[in-house]
Amino acid sequence: MIIDPITLIVALITISTPVLLAALGELVVEKSGVLNLGVEGMMIMGAVCGFIVANQTGSPTLAFLAGMAGAAALSFIFAVLTQFLMSNQVATGLALTLFGLGLAALLGVGYEGQPIPDVAKPLPAALAELPVIGPILFSHDLVTYIAIASVFAIWFVLKHTRIGLILRAVGESHDAAHALGYKVVRIRILAILFGGAMAGLGGAFLSVVYVENWVQGMTAGAGWIALALVVFAAWKPGRVLFGAWLFGGIAALQLRLQAAEVGVPVALLDASPYLVTILVLVVMSSDRARAALNAPAALGKTFHASG
Amino acid sequence: MTAPLLDLRGLTKAYPGVIANDDVSFAIQPGEVHALLGENGAGKSTLVKMIYGLVKPDSGTMALNDAPYTPAEPRAARAQGVAMVFQHFSLFEALSVAENIALGMENPPKPRDLSARIRDVSQAYGLPLDPESLVGDLSAGERQRVEIIRCLLQDPKLLIMDEPTSVLTPQEVEILFHTLRKLSAEGTAILYISHKLEEIRALCDAATILRLGKVVGACDPKQTSAAQMAEMMVGKSLAQPGRDASDPGEVLLKATDLSLPAASAFGTPLRDISFEVRAGEILGIGGVAGNGQDELLAVLSGERATPRGAVEFNGADLATLPPEARRGIGILSAPEERLGHAAAPDMTLTENAVLTGATRKGLAKNGFISWGRARAFADEIIARFDVRTPGNHVAARALSGGNLQKYVVGREILQDPVVLVINQPTWGVDASAAADIRQALLDLAQNGAAVIVISQDLDELLEISDRFCALNEGRLSDPRPARGLSMEEIGLMLGGAHGMQEAAI
Repeated sequence: MIIDPITLIVALITISTPVLLAALGELVVEKSGVLNLGVEGMMIMGAVCGFIVANQTGSPTLAFLAGMAGAAALSFIFAVLTQFLMSNQVATGLALTLFGLGLAALLGVGYEGQPIPDVAKPLPAALAELPVIGPILFSHDLVTYIAIASVFAIWFVLKHTRIGLILRAVGESHDAAHALGYKVVRIRILAILFGGAMAGLGGAFLSVVYVENWVQGMTAGAGWIALALVVFAAWKPGRVLFGAWLFGGIAALQLRLQAAEVGVPVALLDASPYLVTILVLVVMSSDRARAALNAPAALGKTFHASG
Repeated sequence: MTAPLLDLRGLTKAYPGVIANDDVSFAIQPGEVHALLGENGAGKSTLVKMIYGLVKPDSGTMALNDAPYTPAEPRAARAQGVAMVFQHFSLFEALSVAENIALGMENPPKPRDLSARIRDVSQAYGLPLDPESLVGDLSAGERQRVEIIRCLLQDPKLLIMDEPTSVLTPQEVEILFHTLRKLSAEGTAILYISHKLEEIRALCDAATILRLGKVVGACDPKQTSAAQMAEMMVGKSLAQPGRDASDPGEVLLKATDLSLPAASAFGTPLRDISFEVRAGEILGIGGVAGNGQDELLAVLSGERATPRGAVEFNGADLATLPPEARRGIGILSAPEERLGHAAAPDMTLTENAVLTGATRKGLAKNGFISWGRARAFADEIIARFDVRTPGNHVAARALSGGNLQKYVVGREILQDPVVLVINQPTWGVDASAAADIRQALLDLAQNGAAVIVISQDLDELLEISDRFCALNEGRLSDPRPARGLSMEEIGLMLGGAHGMQEAAI
């Protein structure tokens, strides 16, 4: 049994893309002080909307936009419920996941196994044929490059721009931000919509590029892993990237081990990406005091402007 | 006489059930330090919120430099030169000083330029501050400097300060006053809210007094005595708490080299704390909040595990006793945070009475609550401490801060404690209710209880305690007899101005 490290790395980067996108979106949402547990539901909405549009129009670009729009629309329900009607964020987020899974199953009836167009690679094929670095660096889809660029973009915006500072301030203390005259609710709604669009893009990538099919419940817990990544990565984009790659790496590796028929129960191999990722991140974030420093202090708290 | 900087005419603001401001009119001159006086609930906060654009008046007009002034939001107020330093700091703990300041500005310069400007302004006004440090690591006095500098960077014409000195040491107050006088000399008007009358007499040029939302008088604080101003605020003269001299009894509670690591990133560790309290004695512990007060109370109440052998009650080690058992033997405590620590916000007053009073007042038997007795106990607290509430069925959250404070303090006092540990007994309580609470504490000691009062209000501590010690960065100074201590000496006990000297001007 020989596992080719180069194809493994290529597979790892592809598999991790949906989780990475969803986790980055959720990171921004949580930095604004909102806990949206509906990531799984938003991802699957993105997956089904993207797949339907890809099948109907044949345009991958439209498919990705539709995935983002579908998931953002779902997240807008969450935004209205939690920001205007002040419902509990945990309960609303869980309901959003259940609602998203059900709605996606309904929308996707009849689309299983339907044809969709291939998605063209953005870089010339000649580059991808270079030895070693070719497949690793130049053979990916546009969305994968966008996801990795987003890691740096989100880090930069949060750390070095005014809009990022305001977002962090709202997540740190909505009362203080309100006293300074910032529109807490508006900023949070925009963050929630951004998180929805990112999760939707991740879902659409899953159905249109990676699996190239629509299967009910196809996100299989990727949204939950994205949520866990954000917390254990201590709300740092760089660590989210690391966690997503770790998850993708184990997932790609265990698929190959299954194919090679190693003497380990398949169920255990299936569970291994989730187990290993969580374990490693728990160990990494075990310094509680430092993790707490980076956590948005107002996370999950309902804001009501009074006085 | 020159035209006023800010002219308020007939401002009225009503909330459901209460008129917060009723036809309030007064004027602030340029460069004037104008005091706004009044008890809790007199409408001071609502008034300044209207000036700062957080609340819209129902009727009445404001004019700034003879032009109509109707700020729709704080941003608009800041743009017109009105800045405000909040009573409860509007700061973000996990962000740096420079980031906090940038958030309060309309068009902040680049981070590097901003840091330089922060250093310039902090030097010019004698408020030393490092732009890069994390606000969560700063003392209360330093946090206030962040707020003040945030305002000063925008060249305000009017600076509103809401109870700025309540968290400062005497030396820090001196530095602040120096800064404010310098600002006033440069032509900045200051609206100064406080109920520390001696400070107002030392600092302010004019005073407007509010009672129940109405302007009840104006005076020149330099010409008026503190007692006269207090009478105008309250509408009656105040009884001074007092008690007969008595000899302290045997030692009830004794701490020896009590040390405890901090519970969180922004907490304070306790370091080698030793003290003893005797029956019939009040031990006053002064110090600025955040220097270990909450931690000390948590250790004494049993909320946090006590190290073995560090705290003794009547000679027996307390280490293994959980909070409920400590209440059983008569060690009671009232923490500072009223909502969420001393009282459960969404539970009724009766239920809150049961939460700490069950053991000593026999409100529960074999696990069943006796609601009749619980209600009677709640009613007793309400009557005895003049808690203004429709009844014992009201949720704790619905009471105003001062009223709930009276309730949670009364709840502990009426359980006949042997040792009472109390943090900030009169925080946010108006003058006459504060006098009642202090009298109740004095009576308690008179009847043989040992009382530990932790407070930031030094006047209060000097008034009621027998011995005084200071808590600073988790260390407790040696207790000294409270009688005859000067503010100067206390300031030194509190660690001065936190090692920061006023910059040369």
